[in-house]
Amino acid sequence: MAEFSILDLLDLDLKEHNHLQLTCIAGRSGLSRKVTNSKISRPGLPLSGFFEEFSHESIQVFGRGEQQYLKKLETEDHLESLERLFSYPIPTCIFCDGGKPSLRFIEIAERSGCSILQTALGSADFTRGLIQMLDEIFAETITIHGVLVEVYGIGVLITGESGVGKSETALELIERGHRLISDDTVKLRKISDTYLIGSGENPLLAHHMEIRGIGILNLANLFGVGSIRDKKQVQLLVHLEEWDPNKNYDRIGEELTETLLGIAVPKLEIPVKPGRNVPIIIETAARNERLKKLGYYSAKEFDQSVLKWLESESARNLYYSNEETF
Amino acid sequence: MIEREVEVLNRAGIHARPAALIVKVANQFASNLYMEKDKMKINGKSIMGIITLGAAYKSRLMISTEGPDEQEAADAIEQLFLNRFEE
Repeated sequence: MAEFSILDLLDLDLKEHNHLQLTCIAGRSGLSRKVTNSKISRPGLPLSGFFEEFSHESIQVFGRGEQQYLKKLETEDHLESLERLFSYPIPTCIFCDGGKPSLRFIEIAERSGCSILQTALGSADFTRGLIQMLDEIFAETITIHGVLVEVYGIGVLITGESGVGKSETALELIERGHRLISDDTVKLRKISDTYLIGSGENPLLAHHMEIRGIGILNLANLFGVGSIRDKKQVQLLVHLEEWDPNKNYDRIGEELTETLLGIAVPKLEIPVKPGRNVPIIIETAARNERLKKLGYYSAKEFDQSVLKWLESESARNLYYSNEETF
Repeated sequence: MIEREVEVLNRAGIHARPAALIVKVANQFASNLYMEKDKMKINGKSIMGIITLGAAYKSRLMISTEGPDEQEAADAIEQLFLNRFEE
C-alpha cells in the first residue's frame, strides 16, 4: 500500500476481536497525515526530555503511565518537552484506556496540526491489535491469477492457465460446502516469514465468479453467507494443467513446494482430463494436508511400513534358510 | 514482449461488456495478455480480473502481450481501446 492516512486508520472496518475502537477527539485537520511504517512509539522518554532516537515517524501511543506523567508535567507547568514532541511531524497520538488529554495538550497538538485519537482498550491490547493491523497493511503483496478456496479449513490456492477449469472446480467445491475467498485475482500478503494471507483484490467485487456459459455470479447470494470468507492463510497450492502424456506426475507423494513472496508453500500438480474429478482430488489433498499438520504423513508412513515389512521378511527368509543349512 | 500504454476513452469505463470484449479478442490469439494499473497486474483473458482493475474513464493502463503473435494481439487490443469498445 502506497499511502495510508490516519483517516484510513479510522475507516478500517475491523471486526470483533480486531476492533480497535478508535475515535477522533481533536485535531481533525491532522487526519490527512500519513503513516509510513508499522512501528509504534511510547513517548515516555521524549516526554521526560530525551529525544535521541525518537521515532517521530511512528504513531505515538499514550498508555496509563504516559497519561499520569502528563498530569504531573502539567501540575508542575513543565510542558517544554510536550511542545518539542509536537514540533516533530508525528502521524497521530492515541490515548488508551479511554483517557482524555487536557485542554492544554489539545491546544498544543492542534496548533501543530496533529490529530488526537482515543480508544477504550488498554494499551497492551491496543498496541497488539494495532501492530498486527499495521503489519498487514504494510506487508509485501502480489496479485496472482487463481482461485482461493477454503477446504476443510485449509486455504487452497488453485492456479493454472485460463480455461483449464479453475472456477468450475471452485464452484463444485463450494457446492460441497467449502468456502470461496476470491475468484480470479487473489491478493497475497506476506504477514510474517511463514504466514501468507490471501484475499480478494477489491472487497466490493469479491465473491463473484465468472463461469463460461452462465456469466457473472454472486456466490454469497447463491450459496449463502456460509460459503464465503474474506481472507485465509494460503496453505496449499494446487496447479491444474492440461494432461501432458510426456510429463511425470507425482505418484508416491513427493513434496513439491512453490515460493510465493519468499514463503515456501506445499504444491500439487494435478493433470486435468475429461472425466477426472478434480474437486474430490483437492478435497483429499486438503484432508492429507491436515493429517500432515497433525504429524502424520500418509506417504512416509506407508513407505516405513513397506520397509519394516521387507526387513522382517528378509530376516525371516534368512532365519529359515539358515535353519535348512544347519 | 510488447508493451503499450492505453487510455480508457469510453465514459462508463471498463465494465462487464468491455471486459468481455477484451477477453473475446484476447482469446483469438495464442499470446498471453496482461493488463496493469496502479501496480496491479492481471491476466487479460479473465473477465473478473479486468473488472477488478477498476479502470474508470480517462484512466491509463499498461497492456503487455507475450507469445508467438504478440504484435497482432497488442494491435487488436489497442484498437479496442481507441474504438471506445464500440460504445
